[in-house]
Amino acid sequence: MLKARYKTGLVFFPAFDWAISPTHPEREERLLYTQDQVFEEGVLDIDGIREFKPELVTVQDVQRVHFCVPDVANIMTESHFISAGGAKTIGRAVMDKQVDRGFALVRPPGHHAMRVVHGARGFCNVNIEAIMIEYLRKAYPIQRVAIVDTDCHHGDGTQDIYWHDPDTLFISLHQDGRTLYPGTGFPNEMGGPTAIGTTINYPLPPETSEEGFLYAIRNVVLPILEDFKPDIIINSAGQDNHFSDPITNMNFSAQGYAALTELLSPNIAVLEGGYSIEGALPYINLGIILAMAGIDYSKIKEPNYDPERLRQKPEISRWIQRTGDQILSNWHQRDKIKSFVQDTQRFAERTRSIYYDTDNITEKQTETLRICSDCSGVLQIDSSTDGGRRILAVHIPTRACNNCRELGYEWFDAADKKKTAAYLQDRPEDHYEQRNRDF
Amino acid sequence: MIIGLDVGGTYTDVVLLGDEGIVRAIKVLTDTRALFKTVLSGLDSITEGIPPGKIRRIVLSTTLTTNAIAQAKISNVGMIVSSGPGIDPEFYRTHAHYVAVCGSIDHRGREIEPVNTCEIEEFARNFAAEGIRYMGVVGKFSTRNPRHEMLIHERIQPYFEKVFMGHQISGNLNFPRRIATTYLNAAVYPIHKQFFEAVHQSLEKKGLTIPIHIMKADGGTMNFAASMDFPAQTILSGPAASVMGSLAFAFDDEESLVMDIGGTTTDMAILVKHVPVLNPLGICLGPYKTLIRSLESHSIPVGGDSNVSVQEGRIQIGPERIGPAMAYGGSVPTPTDALCVMGKLKSGDREKSVQGFQSIAHDLDCSIEKAADQVFDHTCRTILKEARILIDRINQKPVYTIHELQEGYQVNPQKILILGGPAPYFAQRFEEISSFRVGVVPRWDVANAIGAALARTTCEVSLFADTQQGIAMSPEEGFTTAVTQDFSNADAVLTAGELLKQKAARQGASPEEMEMEVVENQQFNMVKGFYTVGKNIRVKMQIKPGLIDEYDTIAGILSME
Repeated sequence: MLKARYKTGLVFFPAFDWAISPTHPEREERLLYTQDQVFEEGVLDIDGIREFKPELVTVQDVQRVHFCVPDVANIMTESHFISAGGAKTIGRAVMDKQVDRGFALVRPPGHHAMRVVHGARGFCNVNIEAIMIEYLRKAYPIQRVAIVDTDCHHGDGTQDIYWHDPDTLFISLHQDGRTLYPGTGFPNEMGGPTAIGTTINYPLPPETSEEGFLYAIRNVVLPILEDFKPDIIINSAGQDNHFSDPITNMNFSAQGYAALTELLSPNIAVLEGGYSIEGALPYINLGIILAMAGIDYSKIKEPNYDPERLRQKPEISRWIQRTGDQILSNWHQRDKIKSFVQDTQRFAERTRSIYYDTDNITEKQTETLRICSDCSGVLQIDSSTDGGRRILAVHIPTRACNNCRELGYEWFDAADKKKTAAYLQDRPEDHYEQRNRDF
Repeated sequence: MIIGLDVGGTYTDVVLLGDEGIVRAIKVLTDTRALFKTVLSGLDSITEGIPPGKIRRIVLSTTLTTNAIAQAKISNVGMIVSSGPGIDPEFYRTHAHYVAVCGSIDHRGREIEPVNTCEIEEFARNFAAEGIRYMGVVGKFSTRNPRHEMLIHERIQPYFEKVFMGHQISGNLNFPRRIATTYLNAAVYPIHKQFFEAVHQSLEKKGLTIPIHIMKADGGTMNFAASMDFPAQTILSGPAASVMGSLAFAFDDEESLVMDIGGTTTDMAILVKHVPVLNPLGICLGPYKTLIRSLESHSIPVGGDSNVSVQEGRIQIGPERIGPAMAYGGSVPTPTDALCVMGKLKSGDREKSVQGFQSIAHDLDCSIEKAADQVFDHTCRTILKEARILIDRINQKPVYTIHELQEGYQVNPQKILILGGPAPYFAQRFEEISSFRVGVVPRWDVANAIGAALARTTCEVSLFADTQQGIAMSPEEGFTTAVTQDFSNADAVLTAGELLKQKAARQGASPEEMEMEVVENQQFNMVKGFYTVGKNIRVKMQIKPGLIDEYDTIAGILSME
């Protein structure tokens, strides 16, 4: 009799009636063959594997993470409420100890969605992992969270949301940004001045195989996780590193994904990208489920899998090793770098331009962070788009000190007086507000 | 006139129904070691003095296959499974004579690896040499492409009496369940065949040459011929017969909860608009998870004869039945004894029940009457709590589209229909402690036999079309046809409907019973690059369980009795 070593919860929500457009990679058919495989393998009958029906997230759950412009209702479709809700359901099942681990097999994905949202980027509108994590932080006594993003694309949205949060360790493994969307995610992107070191980027060269991925996990990710000591580990389980994926250039496999999951042992995995819907997803998802449940996955093999053909070139291995060494050295010196940055400034400012490829919007942001010795600092974002929308958003972090909290309200009121659209996230009070919105 | 017969654990109930209602109803003791004799004596008594020409239908529900499986008295069969990549098929081993062979079909029904016919013939010869006469052949994704199963069947068929193929058993995806179900069909086939051939012959001797229908677990029937191909569908038909029997007396309301309060267990099911809610996958029996369609039911070890004890000041009902109630000669107190103590049940020896409740009253530190009331109350509350579990289970079933999640139909029955000896007493208490309205099924004592008599033929058909590959098929029906790119959902429903009609007729349905329903209808565009290359269509249709047309008259008469 087949029995799971770890009680594993699954939310399966393939959204069979939702697509970005009929032939878009993010379409109805995407998880069809995965569902067929999961059903045919009888996975849901395995003793210790339990399927949960997804709930819907609330508007407040979304506001806790995002500044949606003009508002949540305009940014999210039903499908987004359910896919974020699926992640939330799994998070609760794990925290309530109904299961040891959980996997939200949901779509649409979320890891390109940043804190301010004017539209869809990289097939994502809202960040489903962040919505889940911030809900869990509100509802359960957890503080330190680690997110390991194994999607082939840099998780720039998740990085943005946790850029200034020293309690969240964000590690992204992805195809080198010089060769793939969104073009970011280099090792020198290490987090904001009050959270330096807790953002970690590990770009991997095209044609990285099982060897390279497992090297990165074993030699770099796991030691850092051990140092950080998170309360929970979340895996943003994108599946587009597969050798058959149509929009990327990696050489990973179903066996490799299962082995990676086994090594990482995440408490919660959330599906992200992956668009080889026939040749890869059914097998990778099966592998991840079995690995999470602690069941033998050695006989999973996708068609056309030939480990010989996918063997990694020595120069790729050397490159991965060098990058790993640099990341570890940055990690070990993070306190030094942090004090160096903090010594010199009272406020930190950064200006950047963000492109929403799915909705063709260009956004300009100026971010101002108070560098505070008592907390991670209050944050203000002045955001405007080429469509003529401008907002001023104020984020008061969960463990903000009184000074930062007061400054946050000063900023918010000042914007209000100037009749600028003003958005507020008061995390200590779990209070969210919008004023002067006239678009 | 119609004969309905249901073999139960203790009694076999037989009814003869006619235009005037129940013409005759009898009970004979079930002899589990001689079921055939039991059935025959039941049929003898019920037909005594009735001209054979007046009987036009006979429906049997037996525990034959259920008992054979539960007692592991099933035939040794051989299993050949072809898995391909995925979970190791060794995990699904049913018994010793089980081999995994090469060959692989993928989720779209494409051959990934061929079968090796030499390997198969060798296994077949070995099985045959060991005296095996019945075989099961199951391939992963055989419901998408049955070619491998058919090829294996063709090769091994000369060595065996009968070979069951997985794709014919069910159109649903679930390889492990397909293995278990095919195995059970092969394993109960010989006893089923022997038994029903004997029944058939005896009926012919009596001059009854009418078709025999056999009750299934989904609350429907199939004819004798169909049962030879799907003998395992008769598993657990008894509880289904009771539910179908209560259907005749169901409220006009949308939803009701049916409870059969027996001696050992209480069985529950849900009716929505006079149709029982079905389990989407299939029966679980002992270690076997199957694809045998059944009612969604919930069985709990709490009944009139459950042993009652007090543990750490808390009342415990069941989980065992040690014997009958003390009032009827048993050795431990039961909820039935509680009813005797309370003066509700008058037929038993109340003194014995009072004796039994002395220790319970002592443990609960109250009077004997109070203890009995508390025990009865606790029994009722336990049953209601378990009913909630069944309702929640149905409502928590995952769905996979936004539409279904938003429109999600939630069952919320406000009425209970009870069957069983102490039903009237339970009915009263349920109404006192809950907001349910409660009705007692008239003639609950033979509702199972009435249900069998009146149940209509049920069946389902799955159709799968892939316009890129240019095929539509229903492997269960042995149906494959070429289709063009413009084959649509509507075409698929038409084709499936035609197949369903033919299947229902083959399994014994009369045309007026064929109330067809589409249970699943999905269509996906398949895209390669940025172009749509075809459509992937899945349609499932069924004839849902219900009662044959005559029931209106009969139920009307029975309700007035």
